[in-house]
Amino acid sequence: MATVKDFRNDIRPNWCPGCGDFSVQASIQRALAAMGKEPHEVAIISGIGCSGRISGYINTYGFHGVHGRSLPTAQGVKLANRNLTVIASGGDGDGFGIGLNHFMHAVRRNMDITYIVMDNQIYGLTKGQHSPTSAHGFKAKTTPEGNIENALVPTQIALAAGIGFLGQGFSSDVNQLVSLIQQGIQYKGFALINVFSPCVTYNKINTYDWYREHVYNLDNVPDYDPTDRAAAMKMVIETHGLCTGLIYKDESRVAYEDQVPGYAANPLVDEDLHLDAKVFEEAIREFA
Amino acid sequence: MLDQLSWKVGGQQGEGVESTGETFAIALNRQGYYVYSFRHFSSRIKGGHSNDKVRVSLQQFRAAADYTDVLLAFDQESIDLNVGEVRQGGIVIADAKFNPTAPDHVRLFTVPLTKLAEEAGSAIMKNMVSLGASACVLGLPIDIFKEVVEERFSRKGQKIVDQNMLAIQSGFNYIKELGGQDPEFALKPADGTRRLFMMGNDAISLGAMAAGARVMAAYPITPASDVMEYLIKKFPKVGGVVVQTEDEIAAMTMTIGAAYGGARALTATSGPGLSLMMEAIGLSGMTETPVVIVDTQRGGPSTGLPTKQEQSDMLAALFGTHGEIPKIVLNPATPEECFYMMGDAFNLAEQYQCPVIVMTDLQLSLSKQTTEPLKLESVRIDRGDLADKNAVESAAAGEFKRYELTDSGISPRVFPGTKGGLHHVTGVEHMETGRPNETAPNRKKMMEKRMRKLHGVEFPFSVERTGDEQPDILLVGVGSNIGAIGEAMGRLKADGLKVAHVQVRALLPFPTNLLQNAIQDAKQVVVVENNATGQLRNLMSFFNVHHDRISNLLKYDGTPFLPVEIYRYCKELV
Ligand SMILES: Cc1ncc(C[n+]2csc(CCOP(=O)(O)OP(=O)(O)O)c2C)c(N)n1
Ligand code: SF4
Repeated sequence: MATVKDFRNDIRPNWCPGCGDFSVQASIQRALAAMGKEPHEVAIISGIGCSGRISGYINTYGFHGVHGRSLPTAQGVKLANRNLTVIASGGDGDGFGIGLNHFMHAVRRNMDITYIVMDNQIYGLTKGQHSPTSAHGFKAKTTPEGNIENALVPTQIALAAGIGFLGQGFSSDVNQLVSLIQQGIQYKGFALINVFSPCVTYNKINTYDWYREHVYNLDNVPDYDPTDRAAAMKMVIETHGLCTGLIYKDESRVAYEDQVPGYAANPLVDEDLHLDAKVFEEAIREFA
Repeated sequence: MLDQLSWKVGGQQGEGVESTGETFAIALNRQGYYVYSFRHFSSRIKGGHSNDKVRVSLQQFRAAADYTDVLLAFDQESIDLNVGEVRQGGIVIADAKFNPTAPDHVRLFTVPLTKLAEEAGSAIMKNMVSLGASACVLGLPIDIFKEVVEERFSRKGQKIVDQNMLAIQSGFNYIKELGGQDPEFALKPADGTRRLFMMGNDAISLGAMAAGARVMAAYPITPASDVMEYLIKKFPKVGGVVVQTEDEIAAMTMTIGAAYGGARALTATSGPGLSLMMEAIGLSGMTETPVVIVDTQRGGPSTGLPTKQEQSDMLAALFGTHGEIPKIVLNPATPEECFYMMGDAFNLAEQYQCPVIVMTDLQLSLSKQTTEPLKLESVRIDRGDLADKNAVESAAAGEFKRYELTDSGISPRVFPGTKGGLHHVTGVEHMETGRPNETAPNRKKMMEKRMRKLHGVEFPFSVERTGDEQPDILLVGVGSNIGAIGEAMGRLKADGLKVAHVQVRALLPFPTNLLQNAIQDAKQVVVVENNATGQLRNLMSFFNVHHDRISNLLKYDGTPFLPVEIYRYCKELV
């Protein structure tokens, strides 16, 4: 059985020392190993950003595509091989800026993939512009006088869009994150795990300490019911989106690929591509 | 007696123009005639003039005729807009309901289409009445419609079928009484050979399915949507899946994901969608992921002429993405070619591990036409260089070199899920293993590896030359213009000229040598294309195809070439 070590490769991440993304990487590796996955059974599809590099730092199949498009790419991979564990991953700019549209539609479509966002409330790779999750008033390279736009709250958007699985983690709480990732992967449908993953280089406001002071850990709320959508929305609003843990889970939803009429039960990649002559003849007859 | 006929039906969009034209065309196709229909429509859903022009003949034509013999008009606007092309002594059949008027050069038959339809059961059957009236004029028995009517309406019960046949009969009788049965308009009988009747989009869809495509991701756009709509109906039979995505960027990246995952995947779009896909097409080239993109060209730029003919995406398809990647661009001209070229497209995509763009144009995509039998057994499936799964699985642990440097530039693929094949794929410049590496020597090696794949390649099918040696005029065309060019050639030949035609079927890799050889013995070369700047002509210059006397016949008003336009242009040249 594969261990955490099997999910490591010898590539040294080019992340800054202390970057929150290291914990996300480690959490994914731990979660996969704990679930008994083998490296070749997993594909990690990422976008562009510091965080997007993650697909190269974990020893699984990996695809590092274009900015903002990890979700449609990941959905394509899943369609070709429904046996794969498909993880999409990237930053807040990638997922909620350029890629927000895909996010909303991935929620609607509900394919069985797990989306892990490293939310640092800034654009890291392009060196410190504000991001869609930067707070109002936040000063960054492109908001020298303070951000005049309001921040998106990813968890709120996800709930509003009708997501079936929603978790939120924090790079300093690896145990919780590992558990969330495992649950997300187990969930048969689209799962978002938004992770507060501090950028130690460009975001001097939302630091580890800042998050430590502000996050509200649902694991410590004994009567919180993650199957109650209205309660989840209320919680997200009341905590300004800063609650961590399992926020919402709906077991009744059926994944997209389990609803496609006639869709092969085996992975398409293993199917014979030759068209059945009878099917062809029948199709041709409509044009005769 | 006629050995070919040009018939047209016109009316308001949503008034049954399309179904009238289609019923007529299918019925005649089944008699063994060659039928070519071209639909003129606007981007309004209801209202606005539309018409369907159907050419029926004893030999294959792939273009609409220059003129009309018989015009069927559901409103006065249809007469006003179209009567100009009705030939001297031609026939106009119009609904009495709107008190039609027509100029003197035609014979007008005023038929109470709507009233007769009501008498037969319902006003909506006026198209059936009008078909009966047309049949009478053309000396065709009404039985020829029976099969089509049954197919259309038998679900609704025998009564409806009977009523429709009655409506056809009453239109027939009405014209007969008016003395409209004229031997001059009678069509020579056809031999009854059964052939197919389909549009380019149908053939593209069938071709994709036959080629083993099982994933399609696309966003609706005219005139490409039919492909997605067709495959959504058919894929359940073959285990495939079509996703209507949120936009073309998702369509393209999802297609890439599916292809990387090991499926044969495609998307289909038109100009604006192709523009949105460009970044991802670069990704496909860089990651060497084989994808097939169908671009059904329409009038641009921007929303331009969304329901009209143009061939103006050629430069975009060839040069559109950023950076430099190997890419293949195919240009079928007929439904038969659409079908077989989709097979080629998937094979080439996987052999060269690069994006393949299959370009059609609106006229080819939407014109229903008689099509020769399509043979499934002629579609080969060649998945290119796949690493042996067993060998990969049993190989000693180590990284799979997805981008192994080979002489051909093509490196064996493994699909995710394969044990022992782990590797990383990235749009960032990378090494043989797929790991990012931006050093100068690596960049150079990898760029050369990718470019090597298609370097010096010219597909033999890219250029087909027909006609005379040392012609006075040689016509070069791409896509659906094959029909009008072929017909113009016939007329020029009849005038005693030596003529030849070169059809370009692949624009990338550009067939420089093949094209140069094909045109060089001509006295004059005319490049015929539907755009304003002469894209094909410019590509020839760009890729070093030369001729001293080369000119460009361009049309960019949204309508396809008529044979006479090409004929006249050439006559003036010589
Ligand atoms: C189409 C496109 N536009 C812009 C960029 C430049 N770009 C690269 S990463 C990035 C933002 C990254 O921010 P985020 O997703 O938050 O990731 P982080 O680097 O903070 O982890 C941008 C704008 C690009 N690569 N592609
Ligand atoms: S710039 Fe920020 S996000 Fe990027 S690696 Fe450094 S700390 Fe992490």
